Amino acid sequence: MNGVSPPVYLALSGLSKHFGGVRALEDVSLSVPKGDVHALVGENGAGKSTLGRIVAGALAPDGGEIRLDGREVAFRSPREALVHGVAAIAQEPSIVPHLTVAQNVFLGAEPRNGGFIRRRRLDRAYADLAESAGFELPGGMSAGRLRTSEQQKIEILRALSRNAQLIVMDEPTAALGAQETAHLHDVVRRLAAAGKTIVLISHFLGEVLELADAVTVLRDGRVVKTAPTADETEASLVVAMLGRPLTSTFPPKQAPGANARVVLSVRGLSAPGVESASFDLQAGEILGLAGLVGAGRTELARAIFGATRVASGEVVLGSGTALGRSPSRSLRAGLALIPESRKDDGLLYLRSSLENATLSRLGALSTAGVVRRRRERRAGHDVLERCGVRGASFSAPVSALSGGNQQKVLLARVLLCEPNVVIADEPTRGVDVGAKRAIYDFLTGLAEEGLGVLLISSELEEVIGLSHRVLVMRRGRLVRELAGEAITEDAILAAAFADAQEATV
Amino acid sequence: MTTGADASSPRAALRRVDWASRLRGVGILLPFTILFVVLSLTSSSFFTKANMLNILDQQSATLIIAAAGTLVLIAGGIDLSVGAIYGFAGVTSAHFALNSSAGTAILLGVGAGLLIGLANGVVTTVFRINALIGTLAMSFIVGGCSALITKGNLLVLFDKEGFGKLARTEFATVTTSIWLMVGAVVVIGLLLSTTTVGRYMYAAGGNAEAARLAGVRVDAVRMLTFAISGTAAGLAGVIDTSRVLSAQASPNDTALAFTVLAGIVVGGTSIMGGEGAVWRTVVGVLFIALVGNGYLLLQFDPLYEQITMGALLLAAVGLDALSRRRG
Repeated sequence: MNGVSPPVYLALSGLSKHFGGVRALEDVSLSVPKGDVHALVGENGAGKSTLGRIVAGALAPDGGEIRLDGREVAFRSPREALVHGVAAIAQEPSIVPHLTVAQNVFLGAEPRNGGFIRRRRLDRAYADLAESAGFELPGGMSAGRLRTSEQQKIEILRALSRNAQLIVMDEPTAALGAQETAHLHDVVRRLAAAGKTIVLISHFLGEVLELADAVTVLRDGRVVKTAPTADETEASLVVAMLGRPLTSTFPPKQAPGANARVVLSVRGLSAPGVESASFDLQAGEILGLAGLVGAGRTELARAIFGATRVASGEVVLGSGTALGRSPSRSLRAGLALIPESRKDDGLLYLRSSLENATLSRLGALSTAGVVRRRRERRAGHDVLERCGVRGASFSAPVSALSGGNQQKVLLARVLLCEPNVVIADEPTRGVDVGAKRAIYDFLTGLAEEGLGVLLISSELEEVIGLSHRVLVMRRGRLVRELAGEAITEDAILAAAFADAQEATV
Repeated sequence: MTTGADASSPRAALRRVDWASRLRGVGILLPFTILFVVLSLTSSSFFTKANMLNILDQQSATLIIAAAGTLVLIAGGIDLSVGAIYGFAGVTSAHFALNSSAGTAILLGVGAGLLIGLANGVVTTVFRINALIGTLAMSFIVGGCSALITKGNLLVLFDKEGFGKLARTEFATVTTSIWLMVGAVVVIGLLLSTTTVGRYMYAAGGNAEAARLAGVRVDAVRMLTFAISGTAAGLAGVIDTSRVLSAQASPNDTALAFTVLAGIVVGGTSIMGGEGAVWRTVVGVLFIALVGNGYLLLQFDPLYEQITMGALLLAAVGLDALSRRRG
């Protein structure tokens, strides 16, 4: 902000919100000038999403006041907020997959004539809108076929079509790959340049520092500080979020022994999205699997685990057991998977943390088909505590836990299976900084105990910081192997983006 | 991480979940108790041993089927063919009771239920046909088979006392139809609440993909619930045939599937799967039975009984939806 600062567009003062008797927000005040990108950061449970939802009208505050362009407002619903020019973009876009892009954008506000939708006017309005926003998104395409980042553009266009002046984005890039993230960043910059005010909720501190003009750090429902991002670093933000400095981000690497035995051997594995993948994983090794979103990493993991049908090739465990047929078979043989999405593929949200942790090991905790509750409770509590699950009681639904603690419940489940090989697919997605470090320690600990770990992550620094060796995947193929000092961001990106002529592994 | 930062919102969420599930938890017990007390006070003939036993005797088939149907629903399926299976097992057992031993008749009736249940399982898991449609289709097929067996006649078994013994024997002043029902419901209830496979049913219905990746053989579990449901419907059909000593193919049988479903849902088992309990279903079925019984004893216009039923069902499902949204 040089010279005259623009007028404040959004002003919050003394906002508070309680759920039951528990404080989610307390005396939160902040102001955002028009055309600014203002970031909210904090650990899971710090209150940033609650704040975002209040601003967007999805929640009503218990106390305090919200001023928009100088006028006090109190939205009763997101719809009412939208009418007043406030839109929210969620992490998971809410679109109707069978409708076209244009129909989704104007959903509920179609140009009509009586009860009939004026199709041509709708298409024209869409073309104008997309052009003014600078999006190249075919309006006639059915929305369900688009990638997540493009679906988010639908939401952004929807906001723009309602003439939104303030856009709240809650973790917009959490589900995106590097390329798509860069794309979305461009969009955010363009919106801000066009005078839109943006509230950005994000776990990614790099993203916050790059995009936002100012940042507010929340801890325990209170504002710790608000500062221009120019004055902050990732380290300073982490200190503010945690209330203490975070010692080194990654635990030290312990190289596997020189003659470590092979615990997992994949030969010529082909499956939907994977073409003849071959590699060995050693005991004590963390093998990183890098690549762009859609390169086939998750597909490879699922094929190895037996979750999808394998077309050809073989997967053999160190014990000699052939795998790739079914998850239950893999688990019994000593191969465990931490799935990509804990919500869709991991947890049973209606059940307790204890039941979620023991699910894969229930057979061993039963006698003649009857679950031995005492034995289950003892084993479950033990492993949940070892994994550092905190928050509610272990018999409460797992949905009551924060994202980081939910992920730890999945770690507990894996640990209880006593596997030899663990595949971790995006194990730190959507968890806060503190929990991230705990998950890194967990994976490193597994390797130190002599397990083989296959780590899939879209966060390059994670792959680089943890892996002894990295395989890069592109278009379903393993295209490059990097080890030791050769594991650099440049080398991985070069392999991930490069064209097809390179030598394969 | 040390202070409330990471506990505040989880605990808040927990409280919301608690509130909703507790409301659903007592949801059925409260109106059941109120209705029970009101009927006891307003009608002198309600809280008598004869009336109580009569209700249980009449509801024994529904209770057995509904208990098993609870497993199907929890595991993420739905079985609309139970009414037809009930009818088919009834006419099958009656058909064989006419010419063979009572034991053979009973075995074949229950066995027919098991086979149709397995067929439902294959249709919904192996062929991946939506359970609602698959079992509805099965319901038509099975209903048609019943008509083929009876050729439209009423099969009368008044002289087959051996076959009648199954449900009509008195033991400790209570008929065996009730004892069989209690036995079946307890076994099914324990299967769900104490065994590994019971736990897997909750998992399969709560999140099928997550359960599969956690090593649960979801298809096998669902197959089992359909087999149990079919067997239970078969047993119920045989018991009722033995109880009234006659059977015929009746389109009314098909509607039993909806009565059963209503009982399960009013009890508080979620139609979405992953949640519920057999004891709830027992209370739900009996609650509906009490409504009918109350109409009879208090001499209300029975025309309004169905309207009441529908309103109750809507209330139950509405509460379920509400608690999910809050949760």
